[in-house]
Amino acid sequence: MRQRSLIAVMAALTAGALTLTACGSRDSDDSGSGDSAGTTVVIGVDAPLTGDLSALGLGIKNSVDLAAKQANTKKYVDGITFKVEALDDQAQPSSGQQNAVNFVSNKSVLGVVGPLNSSVAESMQKVFDDAKLAEVSPANTNPALTQGTEWNGGTKKRPYASYFRTATTDAIQGPFAAQYLFNDAKKKKVFVIDDKKTYGAGLAATFTTEFKKLGGAVVGTEHINPDTKDFGAVVTKVKNSGADVVYYGGEYPQAGPLSKQIKKSGAKIPLVGGDGIYSADFIKLSGKEGEGDLATSVGAPVETLPSAKEFVANYKAAGYKDAYEAYGGYSYDSGWAIIEAVKKVVDANDGKLPDDARAKVVEALQTVSFDGVTGKVSFDEFGDATNKQLTVYAYKGDAWVPVKSGTYAG
Amino acid sequence: MHELPQQLVNGLLLGSMYGLVAIGYTMVYGIVQLINFAHGEIFMTGGFGALTVWLILPTGTTMWLTLPLMIIGAIVVATTIAVGAERFAYRPLRTAPRLAPLITAIGLSLALQQAVWAWYPEAKSSRTFPEISGGPFHLGSVTIQTGDIFLLVAAPICMAILAYFVAKTRTGRGMQATAQDPDTAKLMGINTDRIIVVAFALGAAFAAVGAVAYGLKYGEINFRMGFILGLKAFTAAVLGGIGNIYGAMLGGLALGIAETMATAYISDIPGMQQLGGQSWADVWAFVLLIVVLLVRPQGLLGERVADRA
Repeated sequence: MRQRSLIAVMAALTAGALTLTACGSRDSDDSGSGDSAGTTVVIGVDAPLTGDLSALGLGIKNSVDLAAKQANTKKYVDGITFKVEALDDQAQPSSGQQNAVNFVSNKSVLGVVGPLNSSVAESMQKVFDDAKLAEVSPANTNPALTQGTEWNGGTKKRPYASYFRTATTDAIQGPFAAQYLFNDAKKKKVFVIDDKKTYGAGLAATFTTEFKKLGGAVVGTEHINPDTKDFGAVVTKVKNSGADVVYYGGEYPQAGPLSKQIKKSGAKIPLVGGDGIYSADFIKLSGKEGEGDLATSVGAPVETLPSAKEFVANYKAAGYKDAYEAYGGYSYDSGWAIIEAVKKVVDANDGKLPDDARAKVVEALQTVSFDGVTGKVSFDEFGDATNKQLTVYAYKGDAWVPVKSGTYAG
Repeated sequence: MHELPQQLVNGLLLGSMYGLVAIGYTMVYGIVQLINFAHGEIFMTGGFGALTVWLILPTGTTMWLTLPLMIIGAIVVATTIAVGAERFAYRPLRTAPRLAPLITAIGLSLALQQAVWAWYPEAKSSRTFPEISGGPFHLGSVTIQTGDIFLLVAAPICMAILAYFVAKTRTGRGMQATAQDPDTAKLMGINTDRIIVVAFALGAAFAAVGAVAYGLKYGEINFRMGFILGLKAFTAAVLGGIGNIYGAMLGGLALGIAETMATAYISDIPGMQQLGGQSWADVWAFVLLIVVLLVRPQGLLGERVADRA
């Protein structure tokens, strides 16, 4: 009898373990492989493919996949077939670091697109840099990643030469939102909330500095715990603070319910956030109450740029199940940045990959320059995108509608 | 302090939900001395049971008809899984050392989460839950949402049903007897296996009602919702005195109110700004737990073993 029960338990545990492993190895479908013979170069993708932020993560994965497929169809780099390998970081720094180690150990990986979260990037940067493997993030906006922890006031110093990004930073995004709210939307009293994560807290801080400088008042600040859905106590404070707008530094899984609960408490004031809330899922989670909420996002709206029409059409034609979301254009450009760099390296080495291909790709990335989906793609001395455009979007009807595009100055 | 009544109501609502889930922890512990760590996930599957009923019903069905059906759906799914878990995961281990069923419980908790993640359509991120239409209600300075009314009504009703069941029915009294001494109860002709199944089923049913309340309150459910809430409910059960059903409710309320008060007021105390805010609410909840356990190791209402039921 005892034996039998042990067997039952083992069976149950094995079943559980199998389910767990199943989610780890799910995403290794070999998309992007062409039929031409020759060398295969793998472009890694690290993004949250499951969990709360998976909508954004899947958009990143598909867009890079599209970039690789296009390069293969066009035979863009002679003798090289690009292949995409995506790993799931579940928005966890520890998983991100593990994935980084995996990418480094795979010799055919010459560049990685990702991650989504700045906090995840922090854990990956050193692993990649030690291996001289290029990392191009389409979405990290924390300034410290490229300009060092002293970026605000102290001296700017690039910590890792192998890290690049196509998205612009919170040093620009927060103040841009502050200027729009104060000058255009005429909001004078703000309640600032953040989730204490690298991205959210950084965004809230740069916003607050600029808003105060313009003459606005911060009537309250609060930090929330991203693991919870109950914001009752915070919402009551917001309602009684007399604020005419809420600025939230964080991502849509919390921002959506937070916005809904604020509106339901009777405070009919908009919630404003950064690119972390600029997602269709925010609209789903905040419900109809969230209408009028605002989000800033990097770049101009992808659909309005002539350079992006082709991307949007190709993405549709490729038949991906998930939308390209906020970072689709940036991910596609990140993928292409790596492809362009590989092309440079191959061209400089008589059509073959050199032995130190990884280090060469990092060097080549520093000098790439091409017209991408989001505009001109090139990197400055810190690895930041030279394209510093931003857009304010408003939640109207059932979608995000662009309100104002511009470049933040000073 | 003009927002105090509203904050109290916020805490009361949060606490009622903890209490509903805590009952399951406490009943199972009271009878078989097992901490069923998969209870948070049983709560979660209840939520998905309710969602499924709503998805099956034709759109536009009135909430007066939908809501009772959703509650039934939640209870059916949650109790089925709880009874199944008891039969196949816990019963074979009843005579094994205490650690074995505990590990099984943790494994089961992960397995249930992953099962919903993998097999429920579009459950990889949050799924929206239906809402009860109708505006919020105002009582003086206090605003109560329509969705919260359900919780305010359901929690006391559940407690009354449970109190009646344990004190007045044959099975309920059998439960008390089994809790006091399972072997003697068996000798007295009580079918203890059946009593244990009933304890699991009842706990799951209350958690299912709690899950419907969760969905109505926050407008969404997801496959991870049971984990943190389950831990909190377990804390509430310990705080109230594990094994005592009234203690579970009281512990839940105390925990909910403590968290809300900490979020709302600790940052107003001079010198404590850094320790306030919602991200510290969990810390204060556990400080409360430690203080209570230091002063009253048996929990708020926990007393002699004889009172367990």
